[in-house]
Amino acid sequence: MPQPETKAALRVRNLRKTYKDVVAVDGIDLDILAGECFGLLGPNGAGKTTTIEICEGLTEADSGEVEVLGLHWKSDASALRQKLGIQLQETQLAEKLTVFETLRLFRSFFRQGPGAEDAIRIVQLEEKRDARVGGLSGGQKQRLALACALVGDPDLLFLDEPTTGLDPQARRQLWDLIEEFKAAGRTILLTTHYMEEAERLCGRVAIMDHGKVIAQGTPRELIASIGVEHVVEFSAGDAVPDLAGIGAMAGVRDVRTENGSVLLQVTELHKAVPGLLDELGRQGIPLTELRTHSATLEDVFVHLTGRHLRDE
Amino acid sequence: MSNHPLFQLTLMRMREFIREPEALFWSMIFPIALAAGLGIAFRNRPPEVLKVAAVTPRLAEALRQEKLLDVTQLPPQLAEQFVRTGKVALVAEPAADGSVVYRYDDTNPEGRQARMLADQAIQRASGRQDPIAGNDQIMREPGSRYIDFLIPGLIGMGIMGNSIWGPGFSIVDARRKKLMKRIVATPMPKHYYLLSFLLWRMILLPVDVGVPLAFGVFVFGIPLRGSFGALAAICVLATLAFSAGGLLIASRVRTIEAASGLMNLSMVPMWILSGVFFSSQRFPDLVQPIIKALPLTAVIDALRGNMLQGAGFAQMAPQAAVLGVWLVVCFGLALRLFRWR
Ligand SMILES: Nc1ncnc2c1ncn2[C@@H]1O[C@H](COP(=O)(O)OP(=O)(O)OP(=O)(O)O)[C@@H](O)[C@H]1O
Ligand SMILES: [Mg+2]
Repeated sequence: MPQPETKAALRVRNLRKTYKDVVAVDGIDLDILAGECFGLLGPNGAGKTTTIEICEGLTEADSGEVEVLGLHWKSDASALRQKLGIQLQETQLAEKLTVFETLRLFRSFFRQGPGAEDAIRIVQLEEKRDARVGGLSGGQKQRLALACALVGDPDLLFLDEPTTGLDPQARRQLWDLIEEFKAAGRTILLTTHYMEEAERLCGRVAIMDHGKVIAQGTPRELIASIGVEHVVEFSAGDAVPDLAGIGAMAGVRDVRTENGSVLLQVTELHKAVPGLLDELGRQGIPLTELRTHSATLEDVFVHLTGRHLRDE
Repeated sequence: MSNHPLFQLTLMRMREFIREPEALFWSMIFPIALAAGLGIAFRNRPPEVLKVAAVTPRLAEALRQEKLLDVTQLPPQLAEQFVRTGKVALVAEPAADGSVVYRYDDTNPEGRQARMLADQAIQRASGRQDPIAGNDQIMREPGSRYIDFLIPGLIGMGIMGNSIWGPGFSIVDARRKKLMKRIVATPMPKHYYLLSFLLWRMILLPVDVGVPLAFGVFVFGIPLRGSFGALAAICVLATLAFSAGGLLIASRVRTIEAASGLMNLSMVPMWILSGVFFSSQRFPDLVQPIIKALPLTAVIDALRGNMLQGAGFAQMAPQAAVLGVWLVVCFGLALRLFRWR
């Protein structure tokens, strides 16, 4: 039988899962190709963990189809377990074991893969080799959790919020690690609610909200889809500008106020900014702050839902 | 071999155990404290001396001839009060017609014994001659004392307690802290996880049994009349059966409180029924088959048979069969019912 060119590493069809009165996953379709890093991006409670844990065979779906590496949980569970690397959201490990002992234990569960020492080197925990798990910092714990996911030399790596709760430096360190896996051609499914993480690491992204995938594509495609390339944000102190006048300017798609600032979604920055300055001058409004950034996945989410990914 | 999951899991149990100084302390101190307490309670003592009272100097003098009586002379009212409150076992008073009145509680064995000794002393003091002389030859045979009965019971109880609490608590703790969730996400065959608890109990068995046994043998001279191999075999089987019971109890519960409740529910009836402190024969015939089917009864009967009567493998077969059934049923059910989250 001829094999298709690029095999789907993970195929999800019409997946549903309800907890009592909460619809956690509401009819999701996903296709993740071998060798890509795919991101599930969404706010708290969007259903990311539920989805990924169904794919990991840890939670049972109410209905729908999941095919992992061409296999199914019902019939091939033990073969599948050998092929997957799993990092849970908040992986808990025995606190009294050392880093090395923990990896030795996990390594013993798999038929093949790097040894404990190699795994420690990959995640750069050499210094903490003989430290107790209970004494590791948040970032070190996440790197150990990652190492536990790697000792089976997995064909598919599931990472559920690998960097949540970490400081920027620890986050960057983990990003570097994940980029190395990507470069090594591993297939990765990761969830996150940091849009910069999804933009930086993921070839393709599915944006989830309330159990549904509301948009899917490369970060570039998604950003282009809202027809906005840049966001201009300014404050005018106590003065109240005439928003209708600003909205009528060439190249401005949308105007909103948020926390006392005014946000413009614009297509052409080089025309919009001078236009804005002229318009404010005409209205006699003082400018206390002016910022611009290229549109991000965050803006896509705001555009689609009217809410922010992270409410803070 | 050191790459085998079962080896690594058992190693994890051991590391978690020895790195928890408190658990280590309590698991070692308990058998030692128990044995020491018993040592004080059952050290060799002269035979019991009974306290009695007399209301006249003449009667007191007569009673003092009996070495097993500790005699106080008291005024009648006080003597009456002492015997009522149990401070003395008996009061001897002269009656108007020259006879002697003994006041005592005839439902109390001490009272009856005091009555016999007191009467004998008074009769002899009044000139009675015994027609036949009796000479005592004292025998305190190891193997028939209460401590000989008790030590096998305590060993059985210790095996039960450690085997049920140990695995039970580790499992509930691992489930509560979500350690188990990460472990199930690996290809490890699930029965290895449960088997590692049984293996770890096996490794601790020499301590669980060795401490009270050594204490019994060296301090009290408890006999070990049966083969040591048979004794070890029954302890191993008992540990496996009770640990499997612990796994079953912990198979679904999520909180330590619920686990404690279930463990007590299963252990307390056996402490009472299985003859740890007194013979289970005291219960009605009707319930004897049930009592015999309890795992703790089986262990204790087998241990007593082996240590005190020299029973070997063949004589312990019925008890071994009872334990084997408990082991297979509990482990099978635990594997089936076990919840990993
Ligand atoms: N075991 C459970 N019992 C009941 N409700 C649950 C359970 N697990 C998840 N839910 C609910 O399902 C919804 C989706 O949860 P899920 O954990 O999948 O979200 P998430 O996208 O991973 O969120 P977060 O970013 O906070 O991790 C939430 O509303 C949550 O309250
Ligand atoms: Mg989550």
